[in-house]
Amino acid sequence: MIKVLIPSGALGLKYDRGALANGLAANPDIIAIDGGSTDSGPSYLGQGISKYSRASTKAEWRDLMIARAQIDVPLLIGSAGTCGADSAVDWLLEITRELASELDQSLTVAVLKSGQPAARVKSALGGDQITPLAPKVPIDAPLIDDCTNIVALAGAEQIQAALDTGADIVIAGRTTDTAVIAALPLARGCHAGAAWHGAKIGECGALATTNPNAGTIMITFDAQGFTVTPMADEGQATPRSVSAHMLYENSNPFVLYEPGGHLNVEGATYVAKGRSTHVTGSVWVPNDTYTVKLEGARRVGFQTVSLTLVRDPRYVAHVEQWLALIRDDILEPVQEDDFVVEFRLIGQNATLGDLETRSIGAGEIGVMTIVTANEQSRATEIAKLLNPALLHYPLTPDEPMPTFAFPFSPAEIERGAHYEFCLNHVITLDDPMEAFALEVIEI
Amino acid sequence: MAQLKHMVDKIRSKNAGPFWITIDIFCRQDGSFDEVEKCVTPDVIAPLYSVDPEDILRFELRDLDVIKLSFPRPNIQGTRQDRDMHGAGFAHLLEEIECGSKPD
Repeated sequence: MIKVLIPSGALGLKYDRGALANGLAANPDIIAIDGGSTDSGPSYLGQGISKYSRASTKAEWRDLMIARAQIDVPLLIGSAGTCGADSAVDWLLEITRELASELDQSLTVAVLKSGQPAARVKSALGGDQITPLAPKVPIDAPLIDDCTNIVALAGAEQIQAALDTGADIVIAGRTTDTAVIAALPLARGCHAGAAWHGAKIGECGALATTNPNAGTIMITFDAQGFTVTPMADEGQATPRSVSAHMLYENSNPFVLYEPGGHLNVEGATYVAKGRSTHVTGSVWVPNDTYTVKLEGARRVGFQTVSLTLVRDPRYVAHVEQWLALIRDDILEPVQEDDFVVEFRLIGQNATLGDLETRSIGAGEIGVMTIVTANEQSRATEIAKLLNPALLHYPLTPDEPMPTFAFPFSPAEIERGAHYEFCLNHVITLDDPMEAFALEVIEI
Repeated sequence: MAQLKHMVDKIRSKNAGPFWITIDIFCRQDGSFDEVEKCVTPDVIAPLYSVDPEDILRFELRDLDVIKLSFPRPNIQGTRQDRDMHGAGFAHLLEEIECGSKPD
């Protein structure tokens, strides 16, 4: 039996301290936590930075480093610093060094990096070792060169290699959400289907229980299945709460693709045992080839944003006509192909755009002007060019000059670089470690 | 006829990675599943989200009273054209469709 203690769904998301203390008292074999996701968009991978603040990350990592020292088991984090790029791993390693010094801990740290040099990815593309996933997005050598960061998602094999070093702490770059939880039970011979299935159920911490905000849960892996147990004093892991987690952020609730194979849970059985649920019947189907997924982000421009608030009922009623006049009169004469201006109508259809089916009929409209250009200065220049019209442009030529509300001075907000995700592919590896770098550091 | 939101406990939309949206319809445990199942067909969903009906995956999880729909994002997450980084707003379009049989 292997017990994996999962403090929360991600480092920085908070957890119930009592639940964590209960978890430590229940003798886990490892503490495993996820540090990242693509869910907040491409900018974090594009820049190689964390979404969460350094202070909150350090505060939670400090608690987990203290917890690890108390019970002397490995502490493992995957997808460090949200995006799992090499720079984000270095960022968490630096925080770890500071904390080791503050807490007077001497540690062996295994650092697993997932960053992919463009040359490796281009060579794999040339060698027919890159396969697109659905939906297909185009790939070629210039696109690969354009990426500011490419990462490969490590699976259980690479995490196991890091654990095999005997490190006290493993800081891993991008991994699948599940690999950090599945790696140890798989290495110790637990049921493979259960290891991956339990890992998927556990990857968001207590979200698979009736008390999702508590954060901390324990997954116990055995030879046939796994058991989910909430660590907070309140709440239950019910067959319903556990099985429903297969739905979460997963396009197919029965199948999960991982490096080296896939999990199928169509035949899984969920049985309540007190506050816990025991699951059996999950199947791991190995692949003939070993592939890992790639993620890449590239800079596609710079953006400057402004916000104009339209409260005049006549202008609210005719806001699209008003903006069309401004576009024709102010933008058309200067339009070149190095910038794009978009007006989004907050209060009308800013969330859904053309898909919106309702006539919302707001009392006021926020006009969010987004200028995207090849240079920041160009984007701001165009936004400034639009400013007098957004402040004073009349619907009809003979009416008194109107004025609209601006919440900020200056009116323009420079958003910096705009990044896009641009890879949806897997890369075939002969050896799982060939695309990953493992280093052991004493601190 | 009723709006779908009045027939279910919750409709949740989320990213399933940067390239897919997944929508989970939690039907009432006392049995709105059959009616909802008839209502949320690919032909109804496709124009709502401007996607090809053949690209829509639908799963019926009767044990959970859940119907799940997944499809490629109309705009990839975080592109200039994307308006909703987490895909949160897609649920509302579905909540507001008219569904069910006409009252006698």
